[in-house]
Amino acid sequence: MTADVSVAPARWQRAAIERIARQTPRVISVFLRTRLEAHVAGQHVDVRLTAPDGYQAQRSYSIASAPGAELMELAIERLEDGEVSPFFHDVARPGDTIEVRGPIGGHFVWRAQDGGPIVLIAGGSGIVPLMSIVRSWSAAEAKTAVLLIYSARTWEELVFRDELLVTRARDSDFGFIATTTRGPRHRPEDFDRRLDRSLLRGVLAQWGRSPRDVYICGSNVFVEAVASSLVLEAVPPGIIRTERFGGKD
Amino acid sequence: MASYDAIERQGYVMSTRGFVGRRPSDEVAQRLPPGQYRTEDFPVLAKGPTPCVDLATWRFTINHGPQPLASWTWAEFETLPQTIWRGDIHCVTKWSKLDTTWSGVTIDDLFQGASITPPSAYLLAESHDDYDTNLPVVDLLGGKAMIATRFAGAPLEAEHGGPARLLVPHLYFWKSAKWIKGLRFTARDEAGFWELRGYHMYGDPWREQRYTNDP
Repeated sequence: MTADVSVAPARWQRAAIERIARQTPRVISVFLRTRLEAHVAGQHVDVRLTAPDGYQAQRSYSIASAPGAELMELAIERLEDGEVSPFFHDVARPGDTIEVRGPIGGHFVWRAQDGGPIVLIAGGSGIVPLMSIVRSWSAAEAKTAVLLIYSARTWEELVFRDELLVTRARDSDFGFIATTTRGPRHRPEDFDRRLDRSLLRGVLAQWGRSPRDVYICGSNVFVEAVASSLVLEAVPPGIIRTERFGGKD
Repeated sequence: MASYDAIERQGYVMSTRGFVGRRPSDEVAQRLPPGQYRTEDFPVLAKGPTPCVDLATWRFTINHGPQPLASWTWAEFETLPQTIWRGDIHCVTKWSKLDTTWSGVTIDDLFQGASITPPSAYLLAESHDDYDTNLPVVDLLGGKAMIATRFAGAPLEAEHGGPARLLVPHLYFWKSAKWIKGLRFTARDEAGFWELRGYHMYGDPWREQRYTNDP
């Protein structure tokens, strides 16, 4: 792994909400017009909201859009007890402005020159930074094999599902396996159970390649289970990058 | 945009239409560094898989550059004086956790136990997963830091850095290296893992030193 200094601008900038689109029952995409530098797939931005009395709240959101896209897309899951995500779901509308800084992060990133093959494993809204990688890969000239394994509760809750299916249909170098833990599978190659060690072993064997890098993003419980399964399946720990949210339970 | 820049330069920030927010109590607010929010949870963050660290072969080593100065097995480490620390921790991803209780061996006791006088002003904390992070030595002395082996009275869980992690609670928590295996004195302040990847060299939460260019 090479270290890349990713220098985040210290300054907060205003960003305009251009469009909001519903993705799934719990996830919306917020499209921002910003003057931030182009990001690297996998990076995030910090978002800051300010109340009339000056009180501020900050959160980090992964970027879903491809580097260089005209609008920056954040996909935001509604957290019922959240402070910031309900604002985006219930209050925000096109024309509003928020503040952003970034892009941030120099580890959970992929550039076309990094090559592959790469394995991407997402749990729920953990798809967001991986979607940026898929889009970045899709736009790249020199292609390498990519396998995305994506676990969600139901087929309806797979964020970016239709775009992933189109990418799969268009490009044989892109493998896409979905597994749904609370609803039926929809394609013969999909699963309808937890992403455990035997499922991973089977899918990787079927894929038949050795990954150069593995990216796992999701809740900590999901990431911990998947990462430890991969290590038990003799995937070198040093090639596995993780991005997690939440605690032990 | 231009008018906003002018406003911004004067130090004002426009409010976000419709945002109300959820303020913490005054008591909690005073304990939260800028941009942080309180969590009751204990989130887990790591660059990769949780490493499997075997206590039978565990060693903690202090090095000066390539030169080992002192080393302890787990059994030896457990005989060092134990200190309890209670207070708040702050993660650069913006959560803060209040009133945490840790115990372990202070860096003062560690150095004293091995008769080590710091040979340089900086060091790297090094971990079993090839993670490292840089710190000024002075930030580890005077009771400000420990090698923690217990959290809330129980052995430190692997996902939180067990069996042993560095605890430097006055800096953002990425400086409190999980799965620590040693300290290495360096002649200069050498950037560690996150410090090479966009994060601040020092990381004081009260000055909000999150990223490389933050003042």
